[in-house]
Amino acid sequence: MRFLRAGERGVLVEVDDLDTVLRLAAALRERVPDGVVDMVPAARTVLLVHDGTTTGGRIADHVAAIPLGSAVPAGGDPIEIPVTYDGADLAEVGRQAGLSEGAVIERHLAGEYLVAFSGFAPGFAYLVGADPALHVPRRDSPRTKVPAGSVALAGEFTGVYPREGPGGWQLIGHTSARLWDLTRDPPALLPPGARARFVPEK
Amino acid sequence: MIEVLAAGPLTTVQDIGRPGLAHLGVGTSGAADRAALALANRLVGNAEEAAGLEVTLGGLKLRMATPATVAITGAPCPLRVRDRPAALNSPVAVRAGEQVEMGPPAWGVRTYLAVRGGLAVDPVLGSRSTDLLAGLGPPVLAAGQRLPVGELFDRLPIVDVAPVPGPPIAVVLRVLPGPRDDWFGPGGLRVLGGEPYLVAPDSDRVGLRLQGHPLERVRDGELPSEGMVEGALQVPPDGQPVLLLADHPVTGGYPVIGVVPPADIPLAAQARPGQGIRFRVVTG
Repeated sequence: MRFLRAGERGVLVEVDDLDTVLRLAAALRERVPDGVVDMVPAARTVLLVHDGTTTGGRIADHVAAIPLGSAVPAGGDPIEIPVTYDGADLAEVGRQAGLSEGAVIERHLAGEYLVAFSGFAPGFAYLVGADPALHVPRRDSPRTKVPAGSVALAGEFTGVYPREGPGGWQLIGHTSARLWDLTRDPPALLPPGARARFVPEK
Repeated sequence: MIEVLAAGPLTTVQDIGRPGLAHLGVGTSGAADRAALALANRLVGNAEEAAGLEVTLGGLKLRMATPATVAITGAPCPLRVRDRPAALNSPVAVRAGEQVEMGPPAWGVRTYLAVRGGLAVDPVLGSRSTDLLAGLGPPVLAAGQRLPVGELFDRLPIVDVAPVPGPPIAVVLRVLPGPRDDWFGPGGLRVLGGEPYLVAPDSDRVGLRLQGHPLERVRDGELPSEGMVEGALQVPPDGQPVLLLADHPVTGGYPVIGVVPPADIPLAAQARPGQGIRFRVVTG
């Protein structure tokens, strides 16, 4: 574990792998260090932003001493995301994975997913747990317009676009679920630490 | 109630933003020059969380439907109230039906208007700030819009005018190295602290795009996306740094060579395209 300074108010905790990020983020959600106002887990790091009432050193001490448990929260049912598998890149994903389109769908449906972190746009969740065969690269050239609700793959992640926007992930389908709803608390359907699975849209 | 007669190139409602939601992909947003909005709020006796207007390069014209006390701070623009010049950095009483008009500022980019009681547009996730990147909060101001005034006030301060510094002779921003200064070797920070960088015209509330001596990487590979803070100097592959401001994305995939501390952000937020910025690398 490395502690890197991110200005007067930020500590960037760097770890070896995503699994450690998930375990650290889960532990920190249970015991938020005093003065920390924002926590941003990402692929290899957790950024902690404080309000100036503490110091980076104190935060580092807290983080170093925290016992790491499981990344996956106990209990509760996973959030179900209904999907219609009609994405523009479904055939290309199959080609890259060496699978038929039907097998891509089957494996995507079989996964047990965990929301690793959010970013990119409000409510955009990076889900881990996809079958390793489905770990495909981003598109060479990003699309300028990806429709809201698109279900997509990039690297070790699967995600759903909460609203229309540019994007470079490979699109395999779409969902009718509302990923971001300001009338809901929290507005994100898939907040970090939540479990999820994909089911066929009825 | 305030009636918008003209909104200028870009006017938004801003307050202290919405911290605490970065894990959901929502940035803090809020006034780009927080110190200027805070001063305007203090001058009219508002609570610190009251919302005001952030006016980019002037052009705003309002009519007060009801009597109001306003204060204008930040980039100094010619201000007219009821067709007479009025003072900046000072509480100004406006009667019902009278107009408030702002011309283009002599220097700086963003002028702030606070009204006693604060703007009472509907909050989104606890804040009335418009986040232009995330598409959250009230819409960008447009002529014909009506803005309700709230009651987020306290006692009026006994102040006629607040002393504020004039235009900076040179914009010098402090930079704390890291978290990824090692991507640029020891030479990187030397280059950053050397010749000034020019503010590029495509700068906005997301970030100041800078042009100058490129910051070259001394290592290969890509950085996995990581959390970003306001003030971060992100360096894309072309080596031209971007200084992240209020509406910055919560994560980014380019290494950050250093971070400008919060106290220096207002200076950055008032730097104009074409203006030079010097960086002073500090370690404290």
